[in-house]
Amino acid sequence: MSTASIQIIALPTAARRRRLAWIERGVQWALFAAAGTSVVITFAIVGTLVYESSAFFEHVSLREFLTDTQWTPLFADAHYGILPLVCGTFVTTMIALLVAIPLGTISAIWLSEYAPHKIREALKPALELLTAVPTVVYGYFALLFVSPLLQKLYPGLPGFNMLSAGIVMGVMIIPYVSSLSEDAMHAVPMHIREGAYAMGSTRMQTALRVVVPSALSGITAAYILGISRAVGETMVVAIAAGMQPNLTFNPTEPAATITAYIVQVSLGDLPHDSIGYQSIFAAGLTLMLLTLVFNIGGYILRQRYREAY
Amino acid sequence: MSDLKATIARHKRRDRLFAALGTAAICLAMLTLMALLIDLAMDGLTRINGQFLTSFPSRKPEQAGILSAWVGTLMVMVVTIVSAIPLGVAAGIYLEEYARKNWLTTLIEINTANLAGVPSIIWGLMALGLLVYGLKLGHSVATAGLTLGLLVLPIVIMSTRESIRAIPSSIREASYACGATRLQTVVHHIIPYSLGGILTGSIIALSRAIGETAPLVTIGALTYIAFLPDSPLRNPTGWLWSDFTVMPIQMFNWVSRPDRRFHENAAAAGLVLMVMSLGMNALAIVLRYRLRRRIKW
Repeated sequence: MSTASIQIIALPTAARRRRLAWIERGVQWALFAAAGTSVVITFAIVGTLVYESSAFFEHVSLREFLTDTQWTPLFADAHYGILPLVCGTFVTTMIALLVAIPLGTISAIWLSEYAPHKIREALKPALELLTAVPTVVYGYFALLFVSPLLQKLYPGLPGFNMLSAGIVMGVMIIPYVSSLSEDAMHAVPMHIREGAYAMGSTRMQTALRVVVPSALSGITAAYILGISRAVGETMVVAIAAGMQPNLTFNPTEPAATITAYIVQVSLGDLPHDSIGYQSIFAAGLTLMLLTLVFNIGGYILRQRYREAY
Repeated sequence: MSDLKATIARHKRRDRLFAALGTAAICLAMLTLMALLIDLAMDGLTRINGQFLTSFPSRKPEQAGILSAWVGTLMVMVVTIVSAIPLGVAAGIYLEEYARKNWLTTLIEINTANLAGVPSIIWGLMALGLLVYGLKLGHSVATAGLTLGLLVLPIVIMSTRESIRAIPSSIREASYACGATRLQTVVHHIIPYSLGGILTGSIIALSRAIGETAPLVTIGALTYIAFLPDSPLRNPTGWLWSDFTVMPIQMFNWVSRPDRRFHENAAAAGLVLMVMSLGMNALAIVLRYRLRRRIKW
């Protein structure tokens, strides 16, 4: 008389089902809250910048901020013109782009159109290691390796200068430019390339006249990313370009960028409600608006040159 | 006819030249990385020894060390991991598995992508205004960890989403067909199968956080710390509120000094930092490669 071992699947009771449904819903709300954090963070960033800058703009008129050619908030004779800082940012960014865009684009074309599959798979992550190097190390490299090297070629060069900072920053953003452009070129369908080859084009002609124009929206996005990285880059310029605001377009001179100024003020111990403390938020807001302009510009360019296959 | 041949030959020559140019461009980038490593090693390798790793910073360059810096980095990273990874993974799961296609979801998605492009120093300003003075967390390890946690949050969210997206929908459908609820599907299938990708993304995120300098300078990390916080065994939360310094800030401080002997210390600290950061990246690359080979849907 042994009982047959029949397993009966117990269906959950009504109470247990209700409890499960509650847990389901609770978890869903918790996950939603986590996803919503990113929106909260954005509000926190914009809110903090605007709130602290508004105190700054009670002291300084917008006109002075935008047109004065000196930036000396910490001196007795205080001037609050953002132009020298914007100029420093502009010059270092331009140098970085002059390095990163040609090198990054050519690397991307080579990786996508010339390199054998195995080499491409090995080189792409290797190139991305350049982004893994901490920026403070790049700063060290710019100040103590590139600057002395440039001084040999160009004896009058000061130890702090925008040129070496810009060049190193350019190397730093090569992977941002090359990786995204390469992805865009890789996504161009093979039959478009085959069409060009069938017409007798060489690889170079195919790459430059067919693949690059087809991938233009992605390549533009890569450039924009590179620009906004360069504009927001801090440690390289703070270490190697000097921290003296200087309204000049001459890359061999030292100058402070917006970011370097923020670092310089943060290193000192300024009281919470001083104008110096507020000025870094005004500088930060300017930086944020600059990167925003580039991002929006990039978005519009992408829309205009979008290729649909 | 010979004209055509000449044209073809010219085009082929240009093609080869361009290939050489491409190789040169890549080599130049890789050579810079090499030069950077060799430069650091030549300047700093002699300084790396037991004494360097176990000494506090000092006014005498030959007695200075990075003890408080690497302990600080470790403490800040713990807070970063605890704040960024659960939050980022949860957000990623919501966006991939739960979110309906509506304006709110689109807003969150665009917003996350934009946050990834915000310059790191802006995060520092946000933390200075909001965490240091607004929430009165002070210039503490907790502030630093939270700042970096929020900074790398978009990276964690995006890598989580990417690895979840790689799971074929047949897996989900099979689970639902057996009567599993959405939560059960997520817990039993989605999370285990995407764990590798999440882990890889988290390592990349941490390697970014470990090298960040600017936001921590902004929130007022000190450059001269000659003490360690109480042992967590004696005072479990004391370390969270203590002053701190981290590796990149210690290095920045040494680079900015005119005395050349401090530059050697900076190079040595840079080497340790590079080993940490490149090591984590190498680990992530290996992990990604092995996972890609193992999983066959």
